[in-house]
Amino acid sequence: MKAPGLLLALLTGGLLIYGEQDMPGWGDANSPASRHVSPRYIEKALEETGTANMVTAVLADYRGFDTLGEITVIFAAGLSCLLLLRRDSE
Amino acid sequence: MIDPYDNVVVKTVSRLLIPFLQLSALYVILHGHYSPGGGFQGGVILGASFILMVIAYGLEEVRRRMSIKTVTTLACAGVLLYSGIGAVPLFLGGNYLDYGVLPIGPVPENRALGILGIEIGVGLCVMAIMAGIFRALASFDTTGGEDGRDSA
Repeated sequence: MKAPGLLLALLTGGLLIYGEQDMPGWGDANSPASRHVSPRYIEKALEETGTANMVTAVLADYRGFDTLGEITVIFAAGLSCLLLLRRDSE
Repeated sequence: MIDPYDNVVVKTVSRLLIPFLQLSALYVILHGHYSPGGGFQGGVILGASFILMVIAYGLEEVRRRMSIKTVTTLACAGVLLYSGIGAVPLFLGGNYLDYGVLPIGPVPENRALGILGIEIGVGLCVMAIMAGIFRALASFDTTGGEDGRDSA
């Protein structure tokens, strides 16, 4: 079973490397993300949200739904840990 | 089961450190608008203060101050605060999590307040979950007893 597994891993890795060729370069100023999305946040974040820290503005306001999902994941993981691992009877 | 670590240095330093640790955690949560930080980071620092308390004073002491019931209540309250603040704009004609329509002040101010509210919710939940997971792990009896229930 070792050879097929290795082959599969190499194939997947090769596919990922092939797909990566189309990604924009690291920090490329002409990539779509740098031309439309980021400047919009940098120019308007303080004006629109009254929050000087752009990271907080994006995290909690523009992408608030994403953060709601994150906190729900943490909540569910923590509750599962408590249910599975708890040994003290309170 | 973690017993109190019987060392005067550890106990004294922890007693001095824990209040300031919690104060700085609150600062990190509330000052997330202007400096690096926010609910996740502040919640982790707040949770770490309870872990330090377990290490220095033993699980029993912390169990008295903060039961599992309190931990789960705080975690639920955090998520509920987040989703509740997100739901308020729905009744005021806005979208979910669109704090701009809150009837408090100008739009940027409303959004800053909404961000602050959900950061507090995130901080509560992260703090409770951190403390809860550590306590669940620490309540394991490694010295024997197959169901791990401690004799105390």
